[in-house]
Amino acid sequence: MTNKLSLGIDVGSTTVKTVITDAEGNILYSKYQRHLSKVKETVTDQLKLIRADHPGETFNVCITGSAGLGLANSAGISFVQEVHAAFLAVKKSHPDADAVIELGGEDAKIIFLTGGVEQRMNGSCAGGTGAFIDQMATLLGITADELDELSLHAQKVYPIASRCGVFAKSDIQPLLNQGARREDIAASIFQAVVDQTVSGLAQGRSIEGKVLFLGGPLFFLKGLRKAFVSTLGLDSEHAVFPDEAPVFVAYGCSLYAATSADSFEINELIEKVASAKASDSIVTGEPLFRSQAEYDEFIDRHKKFDLGYADIRTYSGDAYLGIDAGSTTTKLVLITDDGRILYHHYSSNQGQPLDKISEQLRRIYAEMNPDIVIRGSAVTGYGEDLIKAGLSIDHGIVETVAHFKAAAYFCPDVDFIIDIGGQDIKCFKIKNKSIDSIMLNEACSSGCGSFIQTFAMALGYDIAEFSQLGLFAEHPVDLGSRCTVFMNSSVKQAQKDGATVEDISAGLSSSIIKNAIYKVIRAKSPDELGRNIVVQGGTFLNDAVLRSFEKEMGRDVIRPAISGLMGAFGCALYAKERVSGEKSSLISADELKNFNYTSRSANCGGCTAHCQLNIINFGKGRRFISGNRCEKGSGVAVKNKIPNLYEYKYDSIINTVKTGQPKKYRATVGLPLALSFYEQLPFWHTLFTSLGFRTIVSDESSRGMYYLGQHTIPSDTVCYPAKLTHGHIENLLDKGADFIFYPCMSYNIDEGGSDNHFNCPIVAYYPELLLANNPRLNAGNFLHPYMDLNIRKNVINVMTRSLAKYNVKGKIPEAVDKAYQAMERFRTETANKARDIIDQARAEKRNIIVLAGRPYHIDKEINHGIHKLITSLGMAVITEDSVAQLARTPKLGVLNQWTYHSRLYRAAQYVTTQPDMQLIQLVSFGCGIDAVTSDEVRSILESHGKLYTQLKIDEINNLGAARIRLRSLVAAMEQPRSDK
Amino acid sequence: MSDYVKFTEEMKKTHTILVPDMLPIHFRMLCKIFAAEGFKMELLQNDSRAVVDEGLKNVHNDACYPALLVIGQFMDALNSGKYDLDKTALLITQTGGGCRASNYIHLLRKALDRKYPQIPVVSLNFSGLEKDSAFRITAPIFIKLLHAVLYGDLLMTCYNKCRAYEINKGDSKKMLDKWENRLGNIFRKKDKKYLKTKKIYRDILNDFATIELSKEKKIKVGIVGEIYVKYSPLANNHLEDFLISEGCEPVVPSLLEFVMYCAAGTFNDADIYDNHNKMSLAYKLGYKIIYAKQKELIKVMKQQGSFEPLHDFEHLRKLADQYISQGVVMGEGWLIPAEMAALAKSGVENIICAQPFGCLPNHIVAKGMSRAIKQDNPNANIVAIDYDPGATRVNQENRIKLMLANARL
Repeated sequence: MTNKLSLGIDVGSTTVKTVITDAEGNILYSKYQRHLSKVKETVTDQLKLIRADHPGETFNVCITGSAGLGLANSAGISFVQEVHAAFLAVKKSHPDADAVIELGGEDAKIIFLTGGVEQRMNGSCAGGTGAFIDQMATLLGITADELDELSLHAQKVYPIASRCGVFAKSDIQPLLNQGARREDIAASIFQAVVDQTVSGLAQGRSIEGKVLFLGGPLFFLKGLRKAFVSTLGLDSEHAVFPDEAPVFVAYGCSLYAATSADSFEINELIEKVASAKASDSIVTGEPLFRSQAEYDEFIDRHKKFDLGYADIRTYSGDAYLGIDAGSTTTKLVLITDDGRILYHHYSSNQGQPLDKISEQLRRIYAEMNPDIVIRGSAVTGYGEDLIKAGLSIDHGIVETVAHFKAAAYFCPDVDFIIDIGGQDIKCFKIKNKSIDSIMLNEACSSGCGSFIQTFAMALGYDIAEFSQLGLFAEHPVDLGSRCTVFMNSSVKQAQKDGATVEDISAGLSSSIIKNAIYKVIRAKSPDELGRNIVVQGGTFLNDAVLRSFEKEMGRDVIRPAISGLMGAFGCALYAKERVSGEKSSLISADELKNFNYTSRSANCGGCTAHCQLNIINFGKGRRFISGNRCEKGSGVAVKNKIPNLYEYKYDSIINTVKTGQPKKYRATVGLPLALSFYEQLPFWHTLFTSLGFRTIVSDESSRGMYYLGQHTIPSDTVCYPAKLTHGHIENLLDKGADFIFYPCMSYNIDEGGSDNHFNCPIVAYYPELLLANNPRLNAGNFLHPYMDLNIRKNVINVMTRSLAKYNVKGKIPEAVDKAYQAMERFRTETANKARDIIDQARAEKRNIIVLAGRPYHIDKEINHGIHKLITSLGMAVITEDSVAQLARTPKLGVLNQWTYHSRLYRAAQYVTTQPDMQLIQLVSFGCGIDAVTSDEVRSILESHGKLYTQLKIDEINNLGAARIRLRSLVAAMEQPRSDK
Repeated sequence: MSDYVKFTEEMKKTHTILVPDMLPIHFRMLCKIFAAEGFKMELLQNDSRAVVDEGLKNVHNDACYPALLVIGQFMDALNSGKYDLDKTALLITQTGGGCRASNYIHLLRKALDRKYPQIPVVSLNFSGLEKDSAFRITAPIFIKLLHAVLYGDLLMTCYNKCRAYEINKGDSKKMLDKWENRLGNIFRKKDKKYLKTKKIYRDILNDFATIELSKEKKIKVGIVGEIYVKYSPLANNHLEDFLISEGCEPVVPSLLEFVMYCAAGTFNDADIYDNHNKMSLAYKLGYKIIYAKQKELIKVMKQQGSFEPLHDFEHLRKLADQYISQGVVMGEGWLIPAEMAALAKSGVENIICAQPFGCLPNHIVAKGMSRAIKQDNPNANIVAIDYDPGATRVNQENRIKLMLANARL
């Protein structure tokens, strides 16, 4: 270890960096290069470059980086963990730094240097990294550099979830579709990364003093730097962006090598790297095609499902226009009376669907034979409302209906449709010629088309070329079937293990399919899907994906040649069926010439939700408003109020503390408006006020409330209702309660008919976590006693102990009894109200939805106003607890041991006896218990011919997916009963 | 669906019961004990990717990883063709309690329902669940199992220590095999020699103490966490082996702690909720017996002196009180913070909390308590590692390496 020179090699997820330092630790040489997944080759190439300058030189060598571990092991070279390498480099080059923030391709890291050294790294489920930014740029159809440029011209910042790229997309998509400025979105993306790092990674430890920023993204992206500096409130002296940032980790690695690593002569080193064996731990599957002949047969088989074509310049007669304004792509077809295609278009909407579609319309009008009459038009997809309003389309229809129409055209007996698009997977089961059940991908199961695309780009291929590579791969890698973030690291591991690009390409195709079948559809066997399966969506144009699907299902399926255009085609068919007048209301060629629009944003003042509205003005008084959850914001007068038990329950909980307060009080007790309090607030309020305490509750939930407590959340994968609790605690502390009361309860109320009556672990014990993680809480200002409400004696004993210092002992039994009465009263009133709602709905001939979740799902920040969305579709809404007592627990295949969840089973059972009711289950993302309940609720409903609809909700506030499901549900309910 | 196949008396003779690979040392002994009772048992060893794939196919993918693996391992075994499907049964553990884990047996039955409806499932539990099965834990079996836990813990502790420092590679494994065999024989005989605990403990300790160990100082890494992921190499990607290859000494708290935690939970709850009954009294008595057994083992270990004794359970309870109530009884509950604190205080400052991704109780008892434990033990270096069908080994190992780099600072 006496060598003068040392060499650090940093093999990251996307790049290879090499640095040579001298004995004093000065950088003599550095190089930064993308490896395009050819790790070994790139490292070898870089070493050869070094050899050219240093022939025969011996170096102390060390490898670092997320993809370097395997190489180091198999080549027999030392390894240093990358955060530690960065730490060493900082110690050497910036000894006065207080903290370091490093963003890499797929990792985010913070090192605290002063006040207790600590090195932290993002968990396995975390966004806010370079890959996240790349993904977002792809979503906008631009490069990361262009995104950066845009962000510098932002005027406002929207809240975007950055925990995971999948979530962020759901926040960004509606913004795009509503016409929000791209500059603002760009800046919002960077702000999201900053928030994720500052709150998610630092978790309460403040980032102060001199902060060093490292890693590629922070070096190259000015907008990101700006966002960090302004969020952390740093001046130029305290925000340091070192010139060597991109190779900083390699630099630290080299410093480490100087003292603690083995040395090798450069040729020996190249030999070692070049001959490093790929590990044999990769699991591989079967090739997609064994021979060209097999492939040819496959191609021939699928060629059969195509449409006829007609020439738009010569055809004369009626025509119908269908538009699918999807989340990332725009699809459009113009068909003849007999279903031939006159014009079709498929492209990325680049975040501007309205511009894209009007441009296509102009082309149609320009090319079209004047004898063609467009007699009808219809639009579907995320951008439906905007496009319909902007371009005066005749009909807007829900996607499921459009897809079903199109699929039935090719296969009238279709049993199952699966559509994999850029961002979505949609599957529908067809029974008796109507849609029977719908499955959409959820946040954490989003391996869709855009994923392959992003990956192809990262590896330097275009998507068509990349997927073609996989067709004849000999050993497709098994990459698992989880969400994109996990797939990323699976790919990383496969690369490390020496899988070829071909194998990875084939592996990705099969991952997408496995994800769809096992996560989204949850099929156990191909038979569940039926005999006639139609596959569609742009992603299925990829032969490798199609083949993977056929292989996994073990049967042939139908892929129409217009696979990517099926939504639009279905719209055109729909327009044709519904044609009424002579001519479509579609914007005319002349009007289109002057077509223009402006967009601005505003906040709705209709209620306390203050929905963020996007107002698009098309001129001549025509405008389109989006972002509103209810009718109020849309500028339309509110019609007949549809009854909604969610609103009733919420209001009565909120108003609980407004009455019964003592004039003179012993102390003020703070009750958080969170989790179990959404049901037990009447109990605790009555108990405390009867004892002469004043009660206050925390303010209503909001995204802001979440941010208020975000720095005290230790586990970022817990459910959103739990996370919100942190904000409520901060809020109560700010409001000045003498103490906060929040009891722990293993058991909930025993309502009978179940094996046990537990709370879920989160509801049961969350106070313990709050106390341990909020430094403002202590045993004095936070009472969290354990008790069991089923045992009166226990409640009395525990409250007597808890309130010992207030001298209220003798009054407690009476107060407890009053509390029980108050809880019972609340329950009875809710049940009565439910009965009124059912009666009213029946009188008005409305369908009734049991929106089944947990008590805390009435929080509008948790349910995102889904209940209003349901009433806006003309249906009444009641809760699961209001009808649970009306049915007995059905026979179950699981242990029925949680009170809240046992209500779901009974409510589902009740719904099966009511012809005008359907149940929708609300599931909070991360609720592990619903992995048990949802299958069971589904089977109760489906065994009685009811539909099962599940809406998964989290902090993201995107009702797009919910809207599709709800409208599809309405469409299915409208099918004549006799069909069922 | 609720009319699942029961395990009948006749099946005792005809059926082979397959056992999931949860705690290799303990479960091998368990198989031997039941074999002595006339059951045919086989510990599953299949651990290919097919296990995970079968799990994904047959279990709701948001269910926890242990359920997915256990069921995946069973399905993969049944698919293998190695077993006569009309003469095979499955064994699964069941703890009861407010965690999802109580539902594993139901999820398993759901998975079997479609493909292997004839296969009965037996439940290994001490809560009186599944009373209608011919597979019952009788008092004599219970006593034997308890001893198997004690011996298993001792073997595991000695083995982990020796294996990290052994000079002649393989010595520790040979010793382990030897003792597993010997204990198997002891349990098989009717002379109840297994009750001579002190002597057997001493023999084990002395025997392991003969293994030649190096004197180098290694980083001790404690492993706590969800019971299955903590112990099962299948679930934690051979975490102990990895730590040894990184030059560390893995320190794994004993299974007995979990058993005692379960027993204590029942009478603790009775105290907390003013709900005393016969069951809680019985558990208290049982707890006292087990605690006496634990103290005896600790005493022998201290006397012998070569190995770090197990954590005294009453000491763990006191430690827990500093951070969390003993009312937290779902999953591994208060035991996790208690073990973390005990490890930190006994000089094992680097702690891995191995848990399934999205484990509900662990939000509270693991990640939720780390801050408080670190505050009291500033040198504690705690990292939670999530295990999941999609989480890659490279990701997990990289985070462990970061922890080790911190440890070496």
